[in-house]
Amino acid sequence: MGPVRCPHGTGTGPVPGAASSCDLREHTTAMATTTSSRTAGSTPTPAKPRTPRRAGFSQRLGRWDLKLSPYLYISPFFILFLVTGLFPLFYTAWVSFHDWDTVMGQGEFVGLENFQYVLTSADFWKAVRNTFSIFLLSSIPQVIIALVIAAMLDQNIRAKTFWRMGVLLPYIVTPVAVALIFSNLFADQSGIINQWLGALGFDPVRWHAEVIPSHLAIATMVNFRWTGYTTLILLAAMQAVSRELYEAAVIDGAGRARQFFSITVPQIRPTMIFVVITSTIGGLQIFDEPRLFDQAGNGGSDGQWQTLTMYLYRLGWSQSDFGRASAVAWLLFVIIVIIGLINLAVTRRIATSGGKR
Amino acid sequence: MTAPALVPTAPTPESLRPKKVRTAVRRPGWITYGLLAAVLVGSVFPLYWSVLVGSWDSSVLTRDPMPWFPGGNFWFNASRVLDSIPFWKATGNSLLVSTVTASSTVIFSTLAGYSFAKLRFRGKGPLLIFVIATLAVPTQLGVVPLYLVMAKLGWTGSMLAVIVPALVTAFGVFWMTQYIGSALPDELIEAARVDGASMIRTFWHVGLPAARPAASMLFLFTFVQVWTNFFWPFIILGPQNPTLPVALQSLQAAYFVDYSLVLAGATLATIPLFILFLGAGRQLVSGIMAGAVKG
Repeated sequence: MGPVRCPHGTGTGPVPGAASSCDLREHTTAMATTTSSRTAGSTPTPAKPRTPRRAGFSQRLGRWDLKLSPYLYISPFFILFLVTGLFPLFYTAWVSFHDWDTVMGQGEFVGLENFQYVLTSADFWKAVRNTFSIFLLSSIPQVIIALVIAAMLDQNIRAKTFWRMGVLLPYIVTPVAVALIFSNLFADQSGIINQWLGALGFDPVRWHAEVIPSHLAIATMVNFRWTGYTTLILLAAMQAVSRELYEAAVIDGAGRARQFFSITVPQIRPTMIFVVITSTIGGLQIFDEPRLFDQAGNGGSDGQWQTLTMYLYRLGWSQSDFGRASAVAWLLFVIIVIIGLINLAVTRRIATSGGKR
Repeated sequence: MTAPALVPTAPTPESLRPKKVRTAVRRPGWITYGLLAAVLVGSVFPLYWSVLVGSWDSSVLTRDPMPWFPGGNFWFNASRVLDSIPFWKATGNSLLVSTVTASSTVIFSTLAGYSFAKLRFRGKGPLLIFVIATLAVPTQLGVVPLYLVMAKLGWTGSMLAVIVPALVTAFGVFWMTQYIGSALPDELIEAARVDGASMIRTFWHVGLPAARPAASMLFLFTFVQVWTNFFWPFIILGPQNPTLPVALQSLQAAYFVDYSLVLAGATLATIPLFILFLGAGRQLVSGIMAGAVKG
């Protein structure tokens, strides 16, 4: 066999930073001596067997050990993903082409009828609107607020760990509890938020009855739980920014705000994009908070805050129609993939234009 | 909601980072502390509200002005919670599910991460890309077939249905691959191999000790994530044998207007992870920050 090469060239892999170090070199020569060593980074030289060549049992065992162990170690993930991830995803498509009662089981093949039902249902489109509205209301303010908090934490403050733990605290509260607490805070009649608004001279807002207020309330729950988490990610990125840049800016007479917008924000842009992309996948599947925003869990009297995953749940488990629920699952899957691709395209453009600066 | 994935690297202890010239940087003024304190109030207030309302009876909400200190009704409300939902059973279930999945995620992810970062095998590059690609797959959308599979296995309503799909995650594998790749020198592995150690022995004595810091962070993350998870347990478990979030949901479904009862329940359900946070919150913070540097 030819020289052993490093399978990942540093920095050339598709994933930046992933496993860029050269791997433990093994001998794939027929000798299969498992006891030879080689200094990492040197060009391969034929290794001298330490013991006279003997195709003994233990050596053959060692060879199998060497060859199979890596696969054995990674196999749990792949087996589990095939069974509980990939198979269900494709099987969802199969179910979506059938009349499929939750209790009675598989019925007739109906082609695209389930998709047709879903795509012509007003509830579906309302759920699409609600999902995107809640997602935008939770992700955009969250990144902005997190950016501001991170900038404050990035200063030379006292009791760093205390403040960092303080912002992260809501992360450990289960979304169900968050939803219960906030649906009380945002109660339409006597909620404390409405009392405060009243004290400031505003009319009470019907947080549950109206569309945008209910989306705002639900987005507030999401932001409550995730802003601290996002803050810490952005803070870590900020701390990686070279301090020399700031020193240079100070010499040039730039103020705090100018430093923030001209140095900090551009420098951590990749991390910000990363945060947005990862929050998209989870954010578009939002279920817990809107589900528990009232007692019935149907997204309001008029479905004004019913999200796509709630709609999926209602079709599948309240109306016992797995066929239609699967159609929603696939449509949501397609939406998430499309948004992901748009994200990717935008990211790539920003990344390349950032490189030219 | 699933946790956003991180891009982990080896965490650098504060002390190992190049020393910043701290003395040259002036400390921020009171405005910064004031704003941070306001943020902290925002973090804590909803939880305090939960304790507050949970410690009075529901009529407190209509009182004007509202008292801002806890009342004496918490234990009474708590005992009503224990009568209404199988609270201890739910806590036990949550503890079981979180501990088992966090442990197995750590074990399997460390093994896989070690393999991806340090061993040589055919097809490694594409397989690793596959793992990363699965991070972007919304597997939650496979609930219908997963439900059918669980029903066929007879696992509906059992903790197995919650545990088994969560035994190992793509995030965990990726996280450990990143960490071990940067934290474990190849020479150590080679030395062990030269000494004639088998692959698994090498992993056990060289790979595992090196991976320990990242492994404990992964344990914490997985534990918190599984503990707070709602959607799948809600679908597959009944109200008789729930995890804590599912039990809390059934409390709300039955007693929505009795806010004192519901929020006493929310308080009770938050206490276990709050205790964990007091003990390990510092680690959780550094784990999230370590994961983010690469971005």
